[in-house]
Amino acid sequence: MSQTASSKEKKEQTSEGIGGGSLREALIVPALAVITGLILGGIVMALSGSNPFQAYAALFAGSFGSPTDIINGLQIYFATGDNAELVRSMYPFTESLVTATPYIFAGLSVALGFRAGLFNIGAEGQFFIGALCSAFVGYSIKGLPMIIHLPLALLAGALGGAVWGMIPGYLKARFGAHEVVNTIMMNWIAFRLSDWLLTGPMQASNFRPVTPNVQASAELPRFFEDPLRFNLGFFIALFFAYFIYWFLFKTTLGFEVRSVGANPDAAKYAGMNIIKNFVLVMFMAGALAGLAGTAQVLGVDHWVGQGFSAGYGFDAIALALLGKSHPFGVVLSALLFGFLRSGATNMQSIAGIPIDIISIIQGLVIVFIAAPAIIRWLYRIRSLKIEETVLTRGWGK
Amino acid sequence: MTNTTIINPEAEKRKRISYGMTLLVTGILIYLFFGVNTQAGAQTTFGLNLLGSQAIPVADLIIPAQTAIYLMITIVVFVGAYQLARGVRSTGLLIGILAFTFVASFLTWAAQDKSFNLTGMLSSSLVRATPIALAALCGVLSERAAVINIGVEGIMLMTAQAAVVVATVTQNLYIGLIAAILLGGLVAAFHAFLVIRFKVDQIVSGVAINIFGAGFTSFISSKFLQSATDTLNNSGTFPIISIPLLSKIPVIGPTLFENNIIVYLTLILVIVIHILLFYTPWGLRTRAVGEHPKAADTLGVNVYLTRYVNVILSGMIAGLGGAYFTIGSVGRFDELMTAGKGFIGLAAMIFGKWNPIGAYASSLIFGFADSLQVKLQILRVPIPSEFLLMAPYIVTMIILTGVVGRAIPPAADGQPYEK
Repeated sequence: MSQTASSKEKKEQTSEGIGGGSLREALIVPALAVITGLILGGIVMALSGSNPFQAYAALFAGSFGSPTDIINGLQIYFATGDNAELVRSMYPFTESLVTATPYIFAGLSVALGFRAGLFNIGAEGQFFIGALCSAFVGYSIKGLPMIIHLPLALLAGALGGAVWGMIPGYLKARFGAHEVVNTIMMNWIAFRLSDWLLTGPMQASNFRPVTPNVQASAELPRFFEDPLRFNLGFFIALFFAYFIYWFLFKTTLGFEVRSVGANPDAAKYAGMNIIKNFVLVMFMAGALAGLAGTAQVLGVDHWVGQGFSAGYGFDAIALALLGKSHPFGVVLSALLFGFLRSGATNMQSIAGIPIDIISIIQGLVIVFIAAPAIIRWLYRIRSLKIEETVLTRGWGK
Repeated sequence: MTNTTIINPEAEKRKRISYGMTLLVTGILIYLFFGVNTQAGAQTTFGLNLLGSQAIPVADLIIPAQTAIYLMITIVVFVGAYQLARGVRSTGLLIGILAFTFVASFLTWAAQDKSFNLTGMLSSSLVRATPIALAALCGVLSERAAVINIGVEGIMLMTAQAAVVVATVTQNLYIGLIAAILLGGLVAAFHAFLVIRFKVDQIVSGVAINIFGAGFTSFISSKFLQSATDTLNNSGTFPIISIPLLSKIPVIGPTLFENNIIVYLTLILVIVIHILLFYTPWGLRTRAVGEHPKAADTLGVNVYLTRYVNVILSGMIAGLGGAYFTIGSVGRFDELMTAGKGFIGLAAMIFGKWNPIGAYASSLIFGFADSLQVKLQILRVPIPSEFLLMAPYIVTMIILTGVVGRAIPPAADGQPYEK
């Protein structure tokens, strides 16, 4: 046990090294993993009878925008002061950031759980509940100024998710009931609850199972005119990433959380309160996942419908793993997912390749990140240190 | 990790009282929910014959609703009082009584003045429990050797698709079934290779399999299957096999002995795996590898080989589970059709304390709840069906909290082994 703890320490030092020291080593495996994943994804495309080069060109154009369009837009803007063309050319890039926003929140949620040795499979349910709570506050309260209404709606979303996360946390801490089972159960309860709410109390009209639109005063402000949905949510997500980093690595409480995660027995003997830490972490993790749903509702959709969450909670597990449970790593991997997902829509319409290819690539990338030995072997890299690969704590103890 | 079972008289007493109180409260709840709302003269008809079954027909069970509910209340209150005063040793018995009285009163109330086919519901519970049970068995087998296989959902998706495509192309369901089982073993072998050879985090590898499986099957589905349903994705399903004589028994016959091959195989597997794990040298080695690999190694057990074998076998079971979704029930593949059943199977495994029979019993609870919800929608019960659908999940959480409590996995579960 003590061995695991010390190797865990070592791992943390290397992953903290993103800020200083061995940047190359911290990034080279993920980068090569992503490249290898893309190459293998291309092979799958080729085998299924599509042209991978055309597909990746479409993916790139769909996620970053076409460079010629952007230059053209800039020229028109400087020549005439008309920014319509420029805004249109920026659409793909900003849309990728919009897609990445809930990923950042949800990834942080799972990563925070991992740091405390908790496996939060419930981000999906927390996401949904957060979305529903913020939508409710967003549409039901009328006539408030934005400065009050928007924070209130955000808070409602965070609290909804937090409660949903805290219940399994408390059950785990108090009764030892397994958080993996309970978060899965809470997911299903959330899905059913939302089915009921969307076809009953929260339904906007009798025809579609969707909530009414939120009031304009509860919408996250957008930075550009209409087709561009880029909004404040992205920066709130970045702020929270920094906040979680600060919490985990710069505060006593964060140290406790990491200690409990690394070795609960040792933490207990050191006088740390396991119950408090579990509940606290699941509360925060739930709040983050709730904010993921909230950001999607208040920033992008403005209403909630059935099947709203579209697998964010499960992708979040992948994100946390990809980012090695480090907040900044999560942001980077969320951006990657955002660009891939957003670009894939374009790829689907232009190259006729199903959007699901992205999941294939994601799965491969995770394998390579988790097994750096494969990457080292493939690219004959010898100098890299053998990384500690135990990220999670299994079913926990 | 500290798996000591010291009997603490204080805790025992507290447990006794809390169980007793729970039973008494259940009695009150049954009265408030169902007793009050049942008309005095109402009768509930429970159908015992299944349409198209070979069982000898029997008369339907017609009972006076109110009397039956009051009888249930009497039973639960009596057992509760006895528990408070003297204590019943078997907690399983208590939970059984609690669940039975509650569900029985609920059904009597819901179906008052109507007819409710009991046999049909039992039979469909068993069928719906099958994929969950197979996922749970997959977990049991691999985790007893200390390898977590969270990728069961992904394996089931891939094998479900493989089963239907192979069966459609070859026009032979059994070849489809074998293909699914082999593919399940292959994917699991890859998982084993990653976690044993490369010491990849087991949950990470499992998550990767899930994401890859979801992506790959959806990709194949939208690229090939949707445009060629008849030639690739339309296999038909396994026929119902009625076991001679046994299928003639009323109620039990249609439930247990009129099923398709996958349901039978599941029942057999539960028993076989239980015997293998607990009564054979192989099982002892497997459990030793799961609890204390170093000690097992010292005694000459090949830890790596045991893990490979167990994980591959577990993947084959997941493959059988995958085949159930397509060639075992609907005869075609739909995107993401496993719908979280793999994860529920993992919950059933933990709920059943890593024990094949326990896991199967837990799966039955989920299967029962699943089929109950469908039947109740037909009865038009004045409760939103969404809340009924939630019930099994809430019940699982309550039971997990109050009854099972600390589910203790095999001690080395999830840890790579280094010589």
